[in-house]
Amino acid sequence: MFNAKKITALALTASTIACSAALLSSAAHAQDKQLTIAMITHAQAGDTFWDIIRKGANMAAKKDNIKLIYLSDPTADKEAQLIDNVVQQHVDGIALTLAFPDAMAKAVKAAHAANIPIVGFNAGGDDWKKADLLGYVGQDENIAGAAVGEKLNGEGAKSVLCVDQQQGAVQLEERCNGIKKTFKGKYQILYTTGYDMPTVKSRVQAKLQQDTGIDYVVTLGAPFAPTVLDAIGAVGSKAKLGTFDLTPEAVKLIQGGKLQWAIDQQPFVEGYMAVDLLWLNKVNGDVVGGGGPVLTGPAFVNKSNVDEVAKFAKAGTR
Amino acid sequence: MTEKADTVPLRQQYQPQSYWKQILKRPEAGALGGAILVFVFFWLMAPPFRQFSAFTTVLYQASTIGIPAVAVALLMIGGEFDLSAGVAVTASSLAASMFTTQLFGNLWVGAFCALIFALAIGALNGWLLIRTKLHSFLVTLGTFLMLQGLNIAITKLVTGNVATRDISGMPGFDSLQTIFASNIMVGHAQISIAIVYWLLFVALATWVLLRTKVGNWIFAVGGQGESARAVGVPVKQVKIGLFMLVGFSCWFLSMHLLFSYNTVQSGAGIGNELLYIAASVVGGCLMTGGYGSAVGSALGAFIFGMTTEGVIYADWDPDWFQFFVGAMLLLATVVNTWIRARAMKGK
Repeated sequence: MFNAKKITALALTASTIACSAALLSSAAHAQDKQLTIAMITHAQAGDTFWDIIRKGANMAAKKDNIKLIYLSDPTADKEAQLIDNVVQQHVDGIALTLAFPDAMAKAVKAAHAANIPIVGFNAGGDDWKKADLLGYVGQDENIAGAAVGEKLNGEGAKSVLCVDQQQGAVQLEERCNGIKKTFKGKYQILYTTGYDMPTVKSRVQAKLQQDTGIDYVVTLGAPFAPTVLDAIGAVGSKAKLGTFDLTPEAVKLIQGGKLQWAIDQQPFVEGYMAVDLLWLNKVNGDVVGGGGPVLTGPAFVNKSNVDEVAKFAKAGTR
Repeated sequence: MTEKADTVPLRQQYQPQSYWKQILKRPEAGALGGAILVFVFFWLMAPPFRQFSAFTTVLYQASTIGIPAVAVALLMIGGEFDLSAGVAVTASSLAASMFTTQLFGNLWVGAFCALIFALAIGALNGWLLIRTKLHSFLVTLGTFLMLQGLNIAITKLVTGNVATRDISGMPGFDSLQTIFASNIMVGHAQISIAIVYWLLFVALATWVLLRTKVGNWIFAVGGQGESARAVGVPVKQVKIGLFMLVGFSCWFLSMHLLFSYNTVQSGAGIGNELLYIAASVVGGCLMTGGYGSAVGSALGAFIFGMTTEGVIYADWDPDWFQFFVGAMLLLATVVNTWIRARAMKGK
């Protein structure tokens, strides 16, 4: 796994260099005074959720006549490096996910020193003030987790399993902590490795076989919900399923009654608002949020309201 | 007895080895020891591990590593690496999905196109290797990174999203799902058909390696490439063929994944190439080529499956998960090497 990381890192560094070279050359050609804003995330490449964020960011960039640079890396040091990279490009603003606050602190300071405004979004709800960011757009993951815990209590769950696809990512930890805080029954966590679906399936199967008392499973990412349903079916467990976030498949599963609910943080809005807040700040000196976060969630999508959401989910923006 | 004293003593008398010695000298003997050790360990430590349904869960995890690992083992015996195998699996499922949803509307055609695509990647790897004379590690690192980028870029370009559309409503889905992703229920345990194919491929590869001319060629090419060429082994063809075999195995697994999970996230598969290589090496393949076995790769995958699932069955602290997996793998490999060293020392 170590080597895999290394190789991925190599790949990303190579692609980053290629990307930034291309972007630099195109920036030189731009004549009008268009703002350039960098969006930096800890996304795994090729993840639906992050794609929705990016679509929101693109929408805002288009509307505000902004040139958007989108970069991502799921590892702490590489994400920090990306910040250094765009600071050296002298971008006009940075929207970033503060997924690894400590590892990114130095790079954030460098951006401050270069007088580049930074808005946090999606991850780092507990740390954005300490990092002295301009604002924060997202769902407070602790609140979202706590809401899930209450929901589980309300449904009478006794023993819940939390499926975490990225061990060590703070926003996922916060969700878990939120659930742990309010949920009254037995709480357990299971780590899986990203999008390797057979691994997700067999690990969840193993866990459900190991502890047959589990009566509710919560996935921390929606792409995993169908696979976990498979696993629940395969071992003949009676466990119900809820998930964080939303995908078109999750919407279908809710409509079919197989998935109880999804907790939506509206990623499109996160991407959109993060860019828009920077634009407002650059153009009009605005700071939004009144010292607090701009909350985009949590909102539960369940059978009662899923049909409204469905048409937007199909277009890939919810 | 007196006759023997009269004859000229032989330089080195050939003694038929005992049956056990012969088994112990096979490349996969060490891995078998490691597998038994890990199995017994979790059997004692984790009561849920003892159920039959737990065994099938382990086998399923193992089969999804084992199917490409068989081909990778053959390739490694032939003296080469393939780092592109992990993302090639994702690339093949993406190809099948996109050929179907965008062009042909029928999954059979899409699956066939994906097969051609996967074989072409293999052929390209082999061809680049022969033409550039670079180490396969570098060549396939290049194709690995290129494929990884292509997976995401093309998916985004074609579908506008980074995951493919759900294919479960497309024509041909039911028949192909039966072939690639059906489950057989035995009591309360679900047995995936992937396990059956895996064992079949292992048997087939073992037969080819040990009983056919092509098998001899593979060993020769990996052990002593130049000498093999000198005695008339078609080295280039064997190597390109082996890369295409890896391509085929990636395609096969990709079909299973596509028809089991209906959509593909374009970022999946990264890192799995190392699991395939690890399974082969744990199973007795030498990194330098010319030595190894197909059964070994299966045992390697089985050890990995048992370890990752076993840690869950044992209900150890999940924060320590990767540590336990690593430690168990190391233990299994050490036992494995120890057995092999002992076997080689004796006659």
